[in-house]
Amino acid sequence: MHILIYGVINSASLALIALGFTLVYGISRLPNFAHGALYLFTGYIAWVTLNLLGVPYLLAIIIALLFIAAVGGAMYQFILVRIRGMAISEIIASYAIGLAILEGLRWGGLKGATIILPPFVEGSVNIFGVSVDYQRIIVVALGVLLVAGLWMFIHYTKIGLALKGMAQDERAAMTLGIDSDRMAVVSMALGSAFAGIAALALLPLGNIVVESGYNVLILAVAVCIVGGLGSWTGAVLAAFLIGFAQILTVVYLGPQFQIVVALLAIIITLIIRPSGLFGRQKELEERV
Amino acid sequence: MSNEPILRAEELSKAFGGVQALSLVSFDLYKGDVLGIIGPNGSGKTTLVNCLTGFVKSDSGKVHFKGKKITNMAPHKIANMGVTRTFQIMRPYYSLPAYKNLIVPLFSPRSRRTGGWRGGGKLGSRDTVSVDILEEIGFERDSYVPYKMASSLPTGYLKRLELARCLALRPEIVICDEVFSGLSMSEMASMVPLIERLQMDGITLIMIEHRLRELFRVANRVMVLNFGMKLLEGSPEEVVENEQVKEAYFGSEEVFGYV
Amino acid sequence: MDKHTHRKERVDRGIKVRSDSVYAVSGWPETLYLLTPRLTLILGLLAAPLILYAFPYWQRVLSIICIYGLLAVSFDFLAHYVGLVSLGGAFFIGVGSYGAALLNTELGLPPVLSIPIATLVGAAVCTVLLLPCLPLRGVYFAIVTLMYPLLAARIIEALDIMGGTDGLIGVDGFSGSWVEKYTLLCALLFFLFFLRRLVMEDIGLVFRGVKDNDQAVKASGINITTYKAIAVYISATLGCFGGACLAHIYMWAGISQFALDFSIIPIAATVVGGAGTLVGPVIGCLILVPVSELLRDFGTLRIAVYAAILTAFIVYKSEGIMTYCARKYHQFERWVEI
Repeated sequence: MHILIYGVINSASLALIALGFTLVYGISRLPNFAHGALYLFTGYIAWVTLNLLGVPYLLAIIIALLFIAAVGGAMYQFILVRIRGMAISEIIASYAIGLAILEGLRWGGLKGATIILPPFVEGSVNIFGVSVDYQRIIVVALGVLLVAGLWMFIHYTKIGLALKGMAQDERAAMTLGIDSDRMAVVSMALGSAFAGIAALALLPLGNIVVESGYNVLILAVAVCIVGGLGSWTGAVLAAFLIGFAQILTVVYLGPQFQIVVALLAIIITLIIRPSGLFGRQKELEERV
Repeated sequence: MSNEPILRAEELSKAFGGVQALSLVSFDLYKGDVLGIIGPNGSGKTTLVNCLTGFVKSDSGKVHFKGKKITNMAPHKIANMGVTRTFQIMRPYYSLPAYKNLIVPLFSPRSRRTGGWRGGGKLGSRDTVSVDILEEIGFERDSYVPYKMASSLPTGYLKRLELARCLALRPEIVICDEVFSGLSMSEMASMVPLIERLQMDGITLIMIEHRLRELFRVANRVMVLNFGMKLLEGSPEEVVENEQVKEAYFGSEEVFGYV
Repeated sequence: MDKHTHRKERVDRGIKVRSDSVYAVSGWPETLYLLTPRLTLILGLLAAPLILYAFPYWQRVLSIICIYGLLAVSFDFLAHYVGLVSLGGAFFIGVGSYGAALLNTELGLPPVLSIPIATLVGAAVCTVLLLPCLPLRGVYFAIVTLMYPLLAARIIEALDIMGGTDGLIGVDGFSGSWVEKYTLLCALLFFLFFLRRLVMEDIGLVFRGVKDNDQAVKASGINITTYKAIAVYISATLGCFGGACLAHIYMWAGISQFALDFSIIPIAATVVGGAGTLVGPVIGCLILVPVSELLRDFGTLRIAVYAAILTAFIVYKSEGIMTYCARKYHQFERWVEI
């Protein structure tokens, strides 16, 4: 029972984390390796506005999200747009930016006392004999909401359809008048915002530590690769698979293996079935 | 010609997403044949070649070479067995002399077996063989054509370079993907005898072509593909007169006067 | 000069044309033209330990430069001559370093034996472990190689083997500081010129074919995976050698050797110094590593700094210093009327 409940919570967390990454990749084929950095940065901004500027929590959240969306969009507009299309350069550049942010934060901000973000709602509730924090329930609820909301957005709104068109065939979308660069900025901003939402939901469960920035990147990449890059259903499914696998490993082998599971998942998936569960077939293999 | 086909394809099918590129295509190829494969654009000709040579895994069907099953084998293994192909879009090493372009195929196990020279290491041995092959194929050694940069060679020579790449493997079958395309009349005039010479050397050829007049001069059998299906197979004369073939190309009752 | 009436034209310098291939020995100016850059590099590097005699700290930095240099050259070779972008150079270092440390502490082999063995065997281990990833397309190979050192570090930490988080201690040092410096310098120069020569040889053509046109290479009957494996083995040799020396320099091997630094600096050095030239990465290291050392006071900010430099170079000047200099050296520009 423990395992079931914690498994669901963990899977929801992974889904939240991965959503931003898979969004950006799905729409503009941009592997945003600064995802983990953006995640952590949001938490940091929220903490700064909350504690150093004395702003009410809700406002701090909104400011942080807007800020990180702006950072994401700016990142694309000023840096990534120049190396569009060269996949390796995109990875290296976004990874470098992420590194710069994370290590900059490590040096400049997150020293000394542990920094925490307070949970939205204190207290816990008893489900089937397992004590679960309200915050964790919020995580699951948010996960469900966001996945459902995203699905509806993509399928029913004009911008959503434009984004979906871009995801399917960028050139064709361009000939139909959809501005590829502007859409990419939008998708980066959205993706960063999602990273921020994940951060603000998950960081209150622990301290704000720079290591989580790196871990989040690994987890996001793991979920997206196992699920198949660019596939939302795949990402959700993969989140569950990895989520439960992690919980099982922690229970039976120990907590230090949690990240090992994610790393192994990446490597094994790429070796056995590079397109993941639902990825576009044959796209990843040697051009056969 | 022996009775056993040197290459046999049985019911090859391949779909890409929603598009059925090949649909139950079968044919036999006998040693010494020059089989022409024709059909309008998008009829699956290149996909057929890709399936035969292992570059694309077919969904179903079988391919046998000299009785051995080669379906879905890795492309380099098929090449090493003697079934080679050219590429429509060539990418030679533009900044290197022409003969250097043959070094890579001379590295293959098959070349080493049949090339008649002693392995690598010795400076110049691969270079010499390479220039010899180029000369065989019409690069005039006296005018130093083999030593010219690949970027300065006209299309005719580049096409021949591509063929030379196949010949370096001493193949039994060469599948030519539109070698006649993009050639001027004079280049064409020297290409056709080359093809005939290859045939006389005992190499079996499959030629995918759009330039039907020249093709019919060298081919002894022609297969027509349309929408991934084999429409007809026969001699050039039979194919030219066939109503369905005309419809496939023109869609109406245009006069199709050739040969 | 007006861009609308004139265009910039780049022309090879006269002396470059005059010193092409055999004509290089036709006269002193031509020979010097070709030799000068190379000799400057070789003599400069070899003289460096002597020049820095009074600064032992900087001598140590020189050794580190060599190790990063080896990694950077191996990255450049794999990425620009074979088409495999490996973001996990740290993996080679870690394997080489643990290998040498184990040979030294468990089997008692002196550095003179442990380093070569760790290099050759370690490279084989790396190649075998990377074998399943070789068929992957560029981007996915990059991601996987990024994950390998992280995985290795976490597994060692989680299973607490080979010293766990503390690492292996008690590794012998080099028999003398001069030995240390010159082994590394000579190795760097040797590998550098070896690789430059290799890519010009026939087998280098096969590698470049794998990068540029792998369809044609496959159609020519060559098993691409085999040649990729050979290339990875060569690269891994450089990395493992560096790692093995590192273990003996610090007299310790630990999971920090799988760290970020070793993955990022080679890439940054290559981009800054000039990708595709094999010498560029070395120059990049000569610039970046001292900068990194100077910033050591700022803790991990230095990683942020060279990440920023890396980004700037990738985006704005992806040509790199070496390519830029080579271009200036070999060619001159002038405005020509249209």
